[in-house]
Amino acid sequence: MVSLQIKPNTYYDSITLMIISKELKKVPGVKEALVGMGTDLNLDIAKVTGLSSPELEAITPNDFFVALDCENEEAVANALKALEEQLNKKEESRSAAYYPPTLTSALKADPKINLALISVPGRHAYDVAKDALDKNINVMLFSDNVSMEEEKKLKEYAVSKELLMMGPDCGTAVVNGLPLAFANVIHKGPIGICGASGTGTQELTILIDQLGSGITQALGTGGRDLKAEIGGLMFKQCLNALINDPETKVIIMLSKPPAEHVAKEILSIAKECNDHIKPVVVDFIGGDPHLPKEYGLVAAYNLEDAARKAVALSKGEPVPADMIDIDMPRAELEALIERETSKMAPTQKYYRGFFSGGTLADESMKLSIGKLGHIYSNIPLKPEDKIENPLTAEYKENTCIDFGEDEFTEGKPHPMIDLTLRCERILRDAHDPTLAILQCDCVIGYGSNPNPAEELAAAIAKAKEIAASEGRYISAICSIVGTEGDPQNLTETRKQLEAAGAIVVRSNAQSTYLVHHMLDKLNGGKY
Amino acid sequence: MHQINKLFGEKLHMVNIGVETFYQDMLSQKEAGTQDIEVIHVDWKPVAGGNKKLAGMLGMLK
Amino acid sequence: MTLGEKINAANAEALKIILGAQPTLIGVGTAGEDIPGMTKKTILHSGPPVTWENMCDPTKGAVIGALIYEGLAKTPEEAEKLAASGEITFDPCHHHNAVGPMCGIVSYSMPVWKVINKAHGNMAYCTFNEGLGKVLRFGAYDDTVITRLHWLRNEFYPLIKEALEIRGEIDLKVLIAQELQMGDDGHNRNRAGTSLLIRELAPAIVKTHFDQDVKVRALEFLNSNDHTWLNLTMPACKCTMDAIEGIEYCSLVYTMCRNGTEFGVRVAGLPGQWFHYTSEKVEGLYFPGFTEADANRDVGDSCITETTGIGGFCMAAAPAIVKFVGGTVADSIKYSTEMYEITEGEGTAYQIPALGFRGSATGIDIRKVIETGIRPVINTGIACNRRGVGQVGAGVVHPPMECFEQAIEAFVAKYAEG
Repeated sequence: MVSLQIKPNTYYDSITLMIISKELKKVPGVKEALVGMGTDLNLDIAKVTGLSSPELEAITPNDFFVALDCENEEAVANALKALEEQLNKKEESRSAAYYPPTLTSALKADPKINLALISVPGRHAYDVAKDALDKNINVMLFSDNVSMEEEKKLKEYAVSKELLMMGPDCGTAVVNGLPLAFANVIHKGPIGICGASGTGTQELTILIDQLGSGITQALGTGGRDLKAEIGGLMFKQCLNALINDPETKVIIMLSKPPAEHVAKEILSIAKECNDHIKPVVVDFIGGDPHLPKEYGLVAAYNLEDAARKAVALSKGEPVPADMIDIDMPRAELEALIERETSKMAPTQKYYRGFFSGGTLADESMKLSIGKLGHIYSNIPLKPEDKIENPLTAEYKENTCIDFGEDEFTEGKPHPMIDLTLRCERILRDAHDPTLAILQCDCVIGYGSNPNPAEELAAAIAKAKEIAASEGRYISAICSIVGTEGDPQNLTETRKQLEAAGAIVVRSNAQSTYLVHHMLDKLNGGKY
Repeated sequence: MHQINKLFGEKLHMVNIGVETFYQDMLSQKEAGTQDIEVIHVDWKPVAGGNKKLAGMLGMLK
Repeated sequence: MTLGEKINAANAEALKIILGAQPTLIGVGTAGEDIPGMTKKTILHSGPPVTWENMCDPTKGAVIGALIYEGLAKTPEEAEKLAASGEITFDPCHHHNAVGPMCGIVSYSMPVWKVINKAHGNMAYCTFNEGLGKVLRFGAYDDTVITRLHWLRNEFYPLIKEALEIRGEIDLKVLIAQELQMGDDGHNRNRAGTSLLIRELAPAIVKTHFDQDVKVRALEFLNSNDHTWLNLTMPACKCTMDAIEGIEYCSLVYTMCRNGTEFGVRVAGLPGQWFHYTSEKVEGLYFPGFTEADANRDVGDSCITETTGIGGFCMAAAPAIVKFVGGTVADSIKYSTEMYEITEGEGTAYQIPALGFRGSATGIDIRKVIETGIRPVINTGIACNRRGVGQVGAGVVHPPMECFEQAIEAFVAKYAEG
């Protein structure tokens, strides 16, 4: 039986919603529970899960709802009791500490506020960020769904005031050593990062940390900054700040390939710096490495390559050779491939990349597309490979999905926090007789799920079980975005994934190269 | 000096507006002594409860 | 100046007037002789305007009681018929410089406290508090109620009148400031305030020419009823807030009140205009034997105290009653702290010890209420929804947001578009 509770004009943040949802599903007799704001995505999910109703269809994104499918009345009653408990708990925890309701009143409590981390729903983000800039406060805007016009206005304003305006959709930054939003605990060191890519920046910082070095600042601009419309407004501002920062000895510039004239502009600034002040490493994820080289800059082929080169430069060492394959002795690699592929059925020829980090999915596809030809995706490299409705669609052949895209996250927590949709898909695709390899990222650090490896490992183990029961073997390849300093801890995370039978390699690039080797083997040396 | 470079040399006084766990993350690092920062959380709600008409009126009266 | 600056300036000016008020008890009188616009057939009630038909049951009961007390009807049936006939003029206390707790019924021959705001020269009036249980303000009208009302008029009133003549005027602001240091909030807990009043009055009562037993009855009556003081705090607040009525561009609230059916709000820059909406039920604790089913909608003029920055706004000053408001001292501190988000400023005389003697949040700005979604918090008693039963509990209530929404629309219409 389906029951519905609606609280009009009641706002809960997505984390609270996730906790409530989790608790409700634990109540005996509750078959399905959907908790959320009345966004289109949530209404679609309600349809898919059979929880939809005319009343639910009529609600707005400002309304909070709980839709339940329960075995009986008693389960409904118990679930509603659990709901109230959770909501009350929220209130209790709030009554303990007094939180001011506006920035103005927060400034009364601390007039020295100098950086705002803003993660309000996108439609309110402009007003909130503008208010902070008005008050001469630097901004990191985590929120997405902000229009290009609004982004441009905010950045022009910030540039005029010489303030940081990181974002919108800036998921990662490390400022003065403080990890912000989705970010890791990184040692201090000589490398400064200017990145237009959240997870890319995260991966870079953790690799630098794992390589024994550290960072001064990791500044994010949001993914659209280097598009023609924004013109690199914030990228240039951040880049100049790093150039002027005496602590920063090497700079890494990270972004998807920028618009042509924007690329010229920032590369010129970088050249000036590289020639006269400090070295600059450039990773235009999947972009032409010749372009930065033309400007005399150090070009990177992937994020790990960028990290290695920057660390070497910071120590005054020569730039290491390009890293374009897995970093593993040949014999060991061949043994591994043999071990993994020998148990596979002849039907198993493809891989699925299920990512919580958008840049990681993008990097992985860019490193693979030349070999594989087609990779179906919700963020495809070729328009014809586009998967519409990735939430419900049947996936086929080689497919790579970014679970952090809007179609999965509107009104729901990011997949780095809530792994449900990704894990459900892992189990669903485990039944696909053509699937051979699962490639996953596992992002730890602040902002992320307190133990993402637990859920991911469980899904991987279960997927392997499903395949085994159908006479197949699925290979799981993971890379972890994390450090030993992170609350979840890199080693602990690796142990959990390995216990589920996953192969864990250091970086996204290496996991992708490993996928290549295995696909090559499965497809008769085709790649 | 550039405002951003000034920030690099300052103690961070953070304000978190939105997702409360980001605040808890920063607070736990402050309390553990691993970060020398100040942090304050804003119990943000949309202006006028998200009512555009009322928010527009407020705009006129500010 | 931009409109916003004009409003800010007007509000700053209004806050000065509120904080500069000098509410002072100058004597007692009767509604008929002292309250402007009273006639023998006028009945004042609490809250915004309401018709006989729409009055809640306790208010109807109180009207019946008043008509019997005034001798206009002999039986409840007769009184009800008269009330419905159209012969009686019903009007809010607030239209007559008066305030009344709960049903707030005031009729012609009732005695009233006379309070003046010496800084501004305006008056405010309120009846004597009759005590708890079966009383007129909760809609009771049986013989004991009528008898007590007559006693108040015929014996207590002349005594207090003479006592006050002996004592001279009493500065109410000083006493309110003191009670907040003594565990009162100025609305729901009045024990300290009533005690202070008795200290002020007792010597003078003894000095009057009345018989010993009359004096004893009066002192025992004062002592038996913690809420005696409420009927003085309310007019003190009323004359404080009326002083800002009509300040152009001022977006501060000068009236909040409820008639048991609707909540009413008035804004200084929109003088005389009522913004009203169905009032809410109080969230709180019930006395043994009562439940939420017995609760009337929020009723009474007593939230003029919150309008002035005491009552719920000073909840943190009254730890003894926090169990009515959620249970913990931390809750009460949070309530009081939150009110600073919606007010123009902070009090000078009225201070909260638990907040480091911070002045209480004062001057509710409708703009801030709308912006933050934080509504004023009101500490209040809960009336039974059946006439004559009395108080069934106490707790916390808020004005409906609709009142503020209507107000901001009207404000924009007058000042931004008009």
